Amino acid sequence: MDHPHAPSRSQPPKGALGGFGRPRAASALLDVRNLNVRFATPEGEVAAVNDLSFSLQEGESLGIVGESGSGKSQTAFALMGLLARNGRATGEVLYGGANLLALSEAELNTRRGAEIAMIYQDPMTALNPYLTVGDQLTEVLRFHKGLDRKAALAESARMLDAVKIAESKKRLTMYPHEFSGGMRQRVVIAMALLCRPKLLIADEPTTALDVTVQAQILRLLQDLRRDFRTAVIMITHDLGVVAGVCDQVLVMYAGRVMEQGPAEALFAQPSHPYTMGLLHAVPRMDQPHGSDRLATIPGNPPNLLALPPGCPFAPRCVERDTACLAPAPLTAFGEGRRRACHRPLEQLCDTDATAAPAADSAQASDRRVAT
Amino acid sequence: MSAPLLEVRDLQVQFQVGREGMLPWSPPRLLRAVNGVSFTLNAGETLGIVGESGCGKSSLARALIGLNPIAGGSVKLAGRELAGLPEADWQPLRADLQMIFQDPLSSLNPRMTIGDIIGEPLRTLRPGIGAQAVKTEVERVMTRVGLQPNVINRYPHEFSGGQCQRVGIARALIVKPKLIICDEPVSALDVSIQAQVINLLMDLQQEDGLALVFIAHDLAVVRHISDRVLVMYLGRAMEMADADALFRAPAHPYTRALLSAVPIPDPARERNKTVQILEGDLPSPIAPPSGCVFRTRCPLAIDACSAAIPPLTAQGGSTHAVACTRAPLEPAG
Repeated sequence: MDHPHAPSRSQPPKGALGGFGRPRAASALLDVRNLNVRFATPEGEVAAVNDLSFSLQEGESLGIVGESGSGKSQTAFALMGLLARNGRATGEVLYGGANLLALSEAELNTRRGAEIAMIYQDPMTALNPYLTVGDQLTEVLRFHKGLDRKAALAESARMLDAVKIAESKKRLTMYPHEFSGGMRQRVVIAMALLCRPKLLIADEPTTALDVTVQAQILRLLQDLRRDFRTAVIMITHDLGVVAGVCDQVLVMYAGRVMEQGPAEALFAQPSHPYTMGLLHAVPRMDQPHGSDRLATIPGNPPNLLALPPGCPFAPRCVERDTACLAPAPLTAFGEGRRRACHRPLEQLCDTDATAAPAADSAQASDRRVAT
Repeated sequence: MSAPLLEVRDLQVQFQVGREGMLPWSPPRLLRAVNGVSFTLNAGETLGIVGESGCGKSSLARALIGLNPIAGGSVKLAGRELAGLPEADWQPLRADLQMIFQDPLSSLNPRMTIGDIIGEPLRTLRPGIGAQAVKTEVERVMTRVGLQPNVINRYPHEFSGGQCQRVGIARALIVKPKLIICDEPVSALDVSIQAQVINLLMDLQQEDGLALVFIAHDLAVVRHISDRVLVMYLGRAMEMADADALFRAPAHPYTRALLSAVPIPDPARERNKTVQILEGDLPSPIAPPSGCVFRTRCPLAIDACSAAIPPLTAQGGSTHAVACTRAPLEPAG
């Protein structure tokens, strides 16, 4: 998706850090360069995120996919300046000309909630049980916009209407426990959207919800993205959610980027054995289930304190060879895609040639991956 | 034809939540978590139960194993009636009937070693058994579920979620049960680990002829593992059919909405499919709608839907049963 107002550039960005290897306008809403997150623990330093780079245009959506411990949530916390006290983020997070990582807490506070908002996984713990929903919503507006209570309440009610909560005036006087799970998540989304943020970071926003409610929330997020041109970073482990919502995808494993690129290309032809493993490990509703066994990724996610040398995925990878003992650099290929794997793409595609585009032949390759 | 292993007829599970008035003698207010659900399960068969949170699927599972009181109806395990059984009589039954829980870590006692946890059901159900015999059995089931026997003296916190779930499965298997109730056994696991545990459960079932009641909210997983599927909504059965038939041709409007909401990991398909959004929220189970409980959110509801509760009826003599006033519906587009 090219930005319509992108000024023409004479020089490509240095080191091809902007975006996914494709030419990027300098006007990217968010430009993350070489983000590293480290935690000091009694057992040693944990490298939670390593050399993460991406950029995001206005109205664009990025999906960050990974399992627990992959560093996807810590990426979000680093962007928001919400890391735990023993955590440290280095690199650059350029937003509106400023490096968010270098800002003071006070400067961050003027942006957080106003320009950059976050939706958390568990709506019950994100809301204060002692305050009415109205109190919690108006607080945002009074702090950032300086509205008085009456105006803030009116605006909050309008936002609850926007997220399709009926009887919004009455709902404002109610406490979080009086809402159902889906409604609470809608309240959290309404709260995140009150100041019309330019960037919304959603950390597993639908993981705690039922599929029917998830469908409602995802549709709502899409509508809001269309109406307010909000850029969205969607953090999830559900590839189906990413497929429906995201323009760009970033696949993380053990704190490293395995593969990143446009969603269509990535799903049609995954370029990393980990992505292939993830796609094959979930039973799919749109395919007849013939084989009894699911393809699995053998083993367990690694301990971040004792990572294997070289590619962190190598011990679980069906394609590994001796080259994998050396770190695999993230290299650009194709249309704005990047991958971190020693195996040439052609060889991987041989194993997986039929899997992605042709749904019916996917099971044959599933079995091959499983062995 | 032999008698089914598990026969559930018109099962009721109720909880008392306060009273209708303020006074201590006003009648109790009842939450009917499970309301008139019937099914049978044969040895070696898997019944998947799906539905949104609050539909009563967990209450049903817990009632089958005696963790929730059975308020009405009948539950027969191998011909023996479980409803109204005093607590003391449940214990020997649990050699045939085991459960695997959702949260792998919190269902294991943090102060016990893996070996003690897995061996405990054996020591409880067969008090005369010697320590050496328990250890042999523990090592046998640990190998079975893919745990190295040398971790027998470790504690639960030293294991990952997937391994903890294997411990939970080993603990259920050690008494050689005929039926295992799995309440969301893979929901808390990562995608790659989830596939390992599902494969393990399917292997165990085929090798031992186990019957499984498999509860999950992930419909793709349920389709993969189940022979038959029961769809519940607000404590009632909406539809029950063979897994293939149910997912190929869902016959209840609720099942259709549920299936259409499952995201597909393929951008082209996911963006072009029609999701049938269910408006509104689940009604309160304390005061469910009259007639069909789904009618308040049903896109096809007519006046007749509020008049009577539609029974779960087999369609055209098949095993595909639907509880819908408007059945049979046109095939979904």
